[in-house]
Amino acid sequence: MRIIFFILQKEFLQIFRNRLMLGFILVVPIIQLMILTYAATFEIRNIDFFVVDHDHSPESRALIDRFVASENFRLTGWSASAADGELALLGNKAVMVLQIPAHTGRDLVRDGSAPVSLRFDAVDGFTANVASQYAMQIIRRHNEVAGVAHLASIEPAPTGIAQIGINVSRWYNPHLDYKIYMVPGILVMLITVIGGFLTGMNVVREKEIGTIEQLNVTPITKFQFIIGKLMPFMILALVIFSFGLLLARFWFEVPFEGSLMLIYLIAATYLLVVLGLGLLVSTVTHTQQQAIFITWFVFVIFILLSGLFTPIDSMPGWAQYLTWANPVAWFIDIIRRVMLTGADMQDIWSSYLVLLAYGVAFIGSAVLRYRKAAA
Amino acid sequence: MSVTVKNIVKNHGDIRALRGITFEVTEGELFGLIGPDGAGKTTLFHILTTLLLPDEGDAHVLGIDVIAGFRNLRRRIGYMPGRFSLYPDLSVEENLSFFATIFNTTVEENYHLIQDIYHQIEPFRKRRAGDLSGGMKQKLALSCALIHKPDILFLDEPTTGVDAVSRREFWDMLGRLRVSGLTILVSTPYMDEASRCDRVALMDRGEILSVNTPAGISREFGRPLYSVTSGRRYELLKALRACTHAHSVFTFGDEVHYTDLREDFRPEMLESYLQQLGFDDVRIEQITPGVEDTLISLMSTQDTRDPIGDDNHGHKEGTNDGYNPAIKDS
Repeated sequence: MRIIFFILQKEFLQIFRNRLMLGFILVVPIIQLMILTYAATFEIRNIDFFVVDHDHSPESRALIDRFVASENFRLTGWSASAADGELALLGNKAVMVLQIPAHTGRDLVRDGSAPVSLRFDAVDGFTANVASQYAMQIIRRHNEVAGVAHLASIEPAPTGIAQIGINVSRWYNPHLDYKIYMVPGILVMLITVIGGFLTGMNVVREKEIGTIEQLNVTPITKFQFIIGKLMPFMILALVIFSFGLLLARFWFEVPFEGSLMLIYLIAATYLLVVLGLGLLVSTVTHTQQQAIFITWFVFVIFILLSGLFTPIDSMPGWAQYLTWANPVAWFIDIIRRVMLTGADMQDIWSSYLVLLAYGVAFIGSAVLRYRKAAA
Repeated sequence: MSVTVKNIVKNHGDIRALRGITFEVTEGELFGLIGPDGAGKTTLFHILTTLLLPDEGDAHVLGIDVIAGFRNLRRRIGYMPGRFSLYPDLSVEENLSFFATIFNTTVEENYHLIQDIYHQIEPFRKRRAGDLSGGMKQKLALSCALIHKPDILFLDEPTTGVDAVSRREFWDMLGRLRVSGLTILVSTPYMDEASRCDRVALMDRGEILSVNTPAGISREFGRPLYSVTSGRRYELLKALRACTHAHSVFTFGDEVHYTDLREDFRPEMLESYLQQLGFDDVRIEQITPGVEDTLISLMSTQDTRDPIGDDNHGHKEGTNDGYNPAIKDS
């Protein structure tokens, strides 16, 4: 135990001495959390749209006003000619063209429904898709307010009149606030980067500067060495995680439904995976550069396939299977469920066991691979 | 016996790093392993310090088997690797106390062991190890290797890359440590350092060519050795090589060291041969062979015995100009 204490003391001394690294460790996560949370949102504001109004009735103006009043859309032009609408789309001046045929107002009053047309620039398919959903929402709300009169939207070909009322209720995140969804995921990314990169780099550095040779002839055992190397980064990552939680709670106002103890237990278990991976990488590499490249490669794939930025459900089938082998995906899933829905151990135990199994597997293989004497 | 090595063989892939090494070191001895780069000195040290497992043979250090007893052994050996292996971002005293504490001791407890060496760098104890000069780094490394009161000290090329003054100081320190009864194994590519050892083993390409006292090594040379100098050194070398009676010819600093095959050889015979070729400023002197002369001559005889050897050595005796382990010497 005493030996482990001295190794820890030395590690912390080195961590705190390296001002650049310390800055990196403490400041970068905060910046990441602030920037990524605000930037990595699926919410789209100010979608440029163009109006072609052939009707010029109070009804058509009321609909247009509703779009203009929305934060999601920004009116860029107005015309009575369909050709101008086409030009706006082709000329990159608008993502959406709302076309209101002549007699819409009259038909609404007479028949109770009338078609309008929405056309999208789908080069950026994601934006077009989100924009069309917003537009449908606006039209639906307009219909509700207008009462009897119904507008049917046509995209891209005319469809029948929607008669089925849809009543959406959004659990756990009633306002579809993306920050609530993103913050837990970004917290995961933070401790992944801190834990994985720093552990791998730290051990490889001992190889690079040759101190491992000096350490290996001392009575330090393999286990003392590994614990001495993992503990500082476990502690550091949990400190950063705590800081992130504070930001999440008091700055982003993410609800904390689940138990804080459980959140820490899960985070510590997940860190076993990350630290184990870092250590494993360090046993097969000889320079810090090699370690960074391998860790980066692995984590980019893990994070992209984790469901943080793209929902797992929208991935192709094979990629969905891959996420089963992705500890980051498991952790993001568990932490979101615990933080946002208040899941307890009974709800998540199966996922938790998977995470634990990954942790044991990574640490175990790293320990097995690490040798004090070369064969 | 402090060290007993029997028939140690170690291969790094296809490279035969050690080809059956056998030697012994007695207690309290300052023992030198002398040989050019690539001789296998570091590999041998790695095996003796439990960092590497031998393929064949066995080795005991302090009576402990290096494989079976590695854990006990690690408590009792001091090792200074060839490369500076301390934490450059920790200060002098932090490095020292770290290596003391992981051996379950303190700097205060064993300060008397390192006092002589450490007091020279003590004024810089707050300085980071990475900012020290080469000589100071080496003193710190030696202090760190000694701080846990080892029973035997392994120093792998401690003077490589260190200036001449620091080298002499370092050997003076080793001499004082030896007086205190510590067994020391030191490897070096510098032949002139052999004379500071009690006994030396000459190593080349994974084999020990000879183990003897420095004086004994010189006596092993066997033939009268002549130093030949001329203003036209390169032409002289070529002329001597061309001489049919030459036994060995190799450069040695500004001189050419020469031995002759003839039993009745006298330096005048060589002088007249060279004068015929137009050398008028030749000086020929009989000299006492040094360790280096012996090593080169032993390496040459090894070449004829082992024709698959490195081509740099040349297979004909006495064509050592391409590979001269003495070049490293200052």
